[in-house]
Amino acid sequence: MQELLLIAVGTAFVNNVVLSQFLGICPFLGVSKNVKTAAGMGGAVVFVITIASFVTGLIYKFILGNPNIMGGELDYLNTIVFILVIAALVQFVEMFLKKSMQSLYNALGVYLPLITTNCAVLGVALTNVESGYGLLTGVVNGFATAFGFLVSIVLMAGIREKTEHNNVPESFKGTPIVLVTAGLMAIAFFGFSGLI
Amino acid sequence: MNRCTERIFNGLVKENPTFVLMLGMCPTLAVTTSAINGIGMGLSTTAVLIMSNMLISMLRKIIPDSVRMPAFIVVVASFVTIVDFLLEGFVPSLYDSLGLYIPLIVVNCIILGRAESYASKNPVLPSIFDGVGMGLGFTVGLTSIGIVRELLGAGQIFGVQVMPDSYEPFTIFILAPGAFFVLACLVALQNKVKRNLAKKGKEVPKTAGCGEGCASCASKGICGGHLSGVGTVSEISTATEKDADKTNEQEGV
Repeated sequence: MQELLLIAVGTAFVNNVVLSQFLGICPFLGVSKNVKTAAGMGGAVVFVITIASFVTGLIYKFILGNPNIMGGELDYLNTIVFILVIAALVQFVEMFLKKSMQSLYNALGVYLPLITTNCAVLGVALTNVESGYGLLTGVVNGFATAFGFLVSIVLMAGIREKTEHNNVPESFKGTPIVLVTAGLMAIAFFGFSGLI
Repeated sequence: MNRCTERIFNGLVKENPTFVLMLGMCPTLAVTTSAINGIGMGLSTTAVLIMSNMLISMLRKIIPDSVRMPAFIVVVASFVTIVDFLLEGFVPSLYDSLGLYIPLIVVNCIILGRAESYASKNPVLPSIFDGVGMGLGFTVGLTSIGIVRELLGAGQIFGVQVMPDSYEPFTIFILAPGAFFVLACLVALQNKVKRNLAKKGKEVPKTAGCGEGCASCASKGICGGHLSGVGTVSEISTATEKDADKTNEQEGV
């Protein structure tokens, strides 16, 4: 239990997925203009990454890393299999939500298709395998990573809302000032590194 | 100008993936802690890009339109796996420092973007040169960011000490925040150049965020054109906001 907690805090804050590992930068910069949208995107990412780390964990455990199949030497297929599974999974989740959970679909639906190309999803799946995490640990790690993404994108959106009308030097308007903000946030997140 | 050299010029300058299109931001920020890592990542991506462009261009009449995205992904992922093994076997030091970011070349928007917008519509030879140009443009981008970060953060370039001993390195530049700051300054510089060009009434090359509209965007097939017709990052977020507003209205009903 303690180990799980350590992994969760470590991936969510200390090694924040966006601010220290640079995964999922595109949505972080692109969809962080207001808090509501950012929270929607974050929620969708939490949802997809948690499911994806469970499914890829299952596939690794029972097929790719299974010593009974080809002597467990199929793990060179990890990248290919995982990316296809994730792409299919996102489509499937979208269809499922549309059909049977209309309210959740209304909240997250727009963001789902954008997530396939979010490298955080594949990143988590591969990290889980490389660090030798089991199914439960993998899911916890996935959830914590996505939670870290949610926290940072919502914080970023909050800052951007507050600073929107600030007098920024002409050349720094748009992407550059967002990047500077992200850099300052990354420094702030260094504060968590003493936590573990 | 010859079509092939035109493709290389296009990738290096006109549509430079790092500075003009702003694609592939994850590796751009993550692996540029030193110039050598930047070159390594750039060349690995170039290799994947050339081979996938070639194969996709060869198969462009065979792959049915409706399943082209998964097909492209399989092609790209296979080449990434090959490159991953080659690096592990021949350049283990680079392999260790790039780590997780090698398999993540699969989700680099540049590669799927070129497959979708160029290789799937053009003959083999120009597609190969398009891959060379785009790949070199990406390599140049990563290397120059790497040089700046290494110089400021460690006082070295390619591991060779260039700053005098009295120079106190800003370690922050080889840590995560430095990546954001360096990229911010480079983009700001580019904005400045563009504004000067615009003032003189010259034609300004268009910057694109998640791709110039959905036309060259890798995720177009996947995202189903939700964001079609939008250009820059900011426009995309407004579009998403509009969509979100719509959904909220529906919820209200």
